[in-house]
Amino acid sequence: MAKKLIDLIDISKSYGNKLILDDMNLYMNENRFLTLLGPSGCGKTTTLRIIGGFETPDTGRVIFDGKDITQLPPNERQLNTVFQKYALFPHMTIEENIAFGLKIKKKSRAYIKDKIKYALKLVNLDGYEKRMPDSLSGGQQQRIAIARAIVNEPKVLLLDEPLGALDLKLRQDMQYELIRLKNELGITFIYVTHDQEEALTMSDTIVVMNQGYIQQIGTPEDIYNEPQNAFVADFIGESNIIDSVMLEDKLVEILGTRFPCVDVGFGRNQPVDVVIRPEDIVLTEPSDGILQGRVLSGIFKGVHYEMEVEANGFVWLVHSTVLKEPGTQVGIWVDPFNIQIMNKPESEDEEVEVRE
Amino acid sequence: MRKLGARILAGPYMIWMLVFTIIPLLLILYNAFTNTGGQFTLGNVAAIADPVNAGPLWLSLKMSVAVTGICLILAFPLALILRQISSDKNSFIVMIFILPMWMNFMLRTLAWRLILLNNGFLNQALNIMDMDPIYLMNTKTAVILGTAYDYFPFMVLPIYNALVKIDRDVIQAAQDLGAGDWVILGRIILPLSIPGIVSGITMVLVPSMSEFVIASMLGGGKVYMIGNVIEQAFNSGYADTHLGCGLSLSLMGLIIISMIAYYFFDRGGEGSALW
Repeated sequence: MAKKLIDLIDISKSYGNKLILDDMNLYMNENRFLTLLGPSGCGKTTTLRIIGGFETPDTGRVIFDGKDITQLPPNERQLNTVFQKYALFPHMTIEENIAFGLKIKKKSRAYIKDKIKYALKLVNLDGYEKRMPDSLSGGQQQRIAIARAIVNEPKVLLLDEPLGALDLKLRQDMQYELIRLKNELGITFIYVTHDQEEALTMSDTIVVMNQGYIQQIGTPEDIYNEPQNAFVADFIGESNIIDSVMLEDKLVEILGTRFPCVDVGFGRNQPVDVVIRPEDIVLTEPSDGILQGRVLSGIFKGVHYEMEVEANGFVWLVHSTVLKEPGTQVGIWVDPFNIQIMNKPESEDEEVEVRE
Repeated sequence: MRKLGARILAGPYMIWMLVFTIIPLLLILYNAFTNTGGQFTLGNVAAIADPVNAGPLWLSLKMSVAVTGICLILAFPLALILRQISSDKNSFIVMIFILPMWMNFMLRTLAWRLILLNNGFLNQALNIMDMDPIYLMNTKTAVILGTAYDYFPFMVLPIYNALVKIDRDVIQAAQDLGAGDWVILGRIILPLSIPGIVSGITMVLVPSMSEFVIASMLGGGKVYMIGNVIEQAFNSGYADTHLGCGLSLSLMGLIIISMIAYYFFDRGGEGSALW
């Protein structure tokens, strides 16, 4: 049974008239890699800053390791933050940057020296002790920022889009580096990003947020394969989201055509949203498909071709390793298991009642 | 063609520099190293070491250090407050502190006269509160107060400019690593504002050292600074232009030395915002 480390209870926060977080409840378990994922303005960074102590919620409480820390200033919290723009101290050497937190805690000189050595080794930057931050590349600075945070042995490391400013290749390398660090250190990572790929790659748990509400909490596989609503389906990966009617258990009518599916319990003749991932659509000979359509366009994307297929008045997005020339008549077939049925939300930003 | 055009545009400035800076400077050099008979001498330049002149120079130095110290002690906390205010997007209050710089300097000094005169505002106020009057007029204290007031903005703005450049994240990172307010002030804010402090010190120390108008207006002739000595050398009944030039040159030498120190520290160019 994992231990509950951080518990956010009924958190609300607004700036002026703008409501950022509305009555949010979320808990985080020990030794997990938890990612807050969402578009800008969804409240993910505010959530992180509330945990870090840089913002105070208007209402609600922050419980850390059983203690209420809602009013505790950042310097008295047992967690450390890695900032988006590194925020290294520009007038100090790498060594002094890393030692900063330890000196405040009045650690011995020998202890600090060992820790610096250990931390630099951990982030693969041995020998950089005497360098100044501005002589390092962005990726190196970010790793120093991580080293500076982890030498304090926080129970939780908060990361605010730490890879946002790095280029693609470096970002991918750093993703693996972060996973390795988390496993070696055995501490909780709370990671904020708007990059769904990053979230899917690194996380144990993803919290998808939009407009101050939690949309879905789950493992990367859950989030990707079984999005709870159209927002999540749309935000995570590419998808075909279609207004449909659930006729009865295991039978859904999509664009006037009946498709067998595996979902039950939605009732009879109930309007629903259907999500079908582009890679789950199989293009067949017209006679073998459930629907018949015509290829509009095909683009080579590297791993696969991306095609648009018009069928029953809807343009389907299809990913396949085999290209069908534009103009070709094709059949569309979908495995019942790959049809994801979602209740229609009552409003745009309805909260989904799901907990980890 | 572009180059030629640029040269033509720079022309008026070149003429200005030549007529009003380079030629006068050469004249000062010539006068400084010659006597009234036109013969070469080092006497005018060396005259700074004469106790008659060295006394006022030493006084000027002490007073300008005092002025700079007062400005620094008042300006740093104010700049911190202004930084806080400007981060709340209230530039109007910042503006209020810049505004006095645009007011005539004579007027500002005259205002101090009215405050410090024996029956001025200060003593009237003290009288109302039934306290003993303070006679500050025509003292060093009056000159120091007036000079500090006049040069105060030159201290505030460079420090303020250095402070607003400090990234909010850097301060929050220090907080995150366990630093309290005093540690943040001492180990983050202060070291990062040093270029601004150096700029401010230079911009207050240098002009206040050669100041003579304020000394005349608030010192009433009793406070005799090196600026007054030089002024006397040019304007008094027994004027000696050569001596004045020599003393000016020596003073300039001192100022150049402090400017070198200034360029050494002020790489960020906080002072440039003033000009």
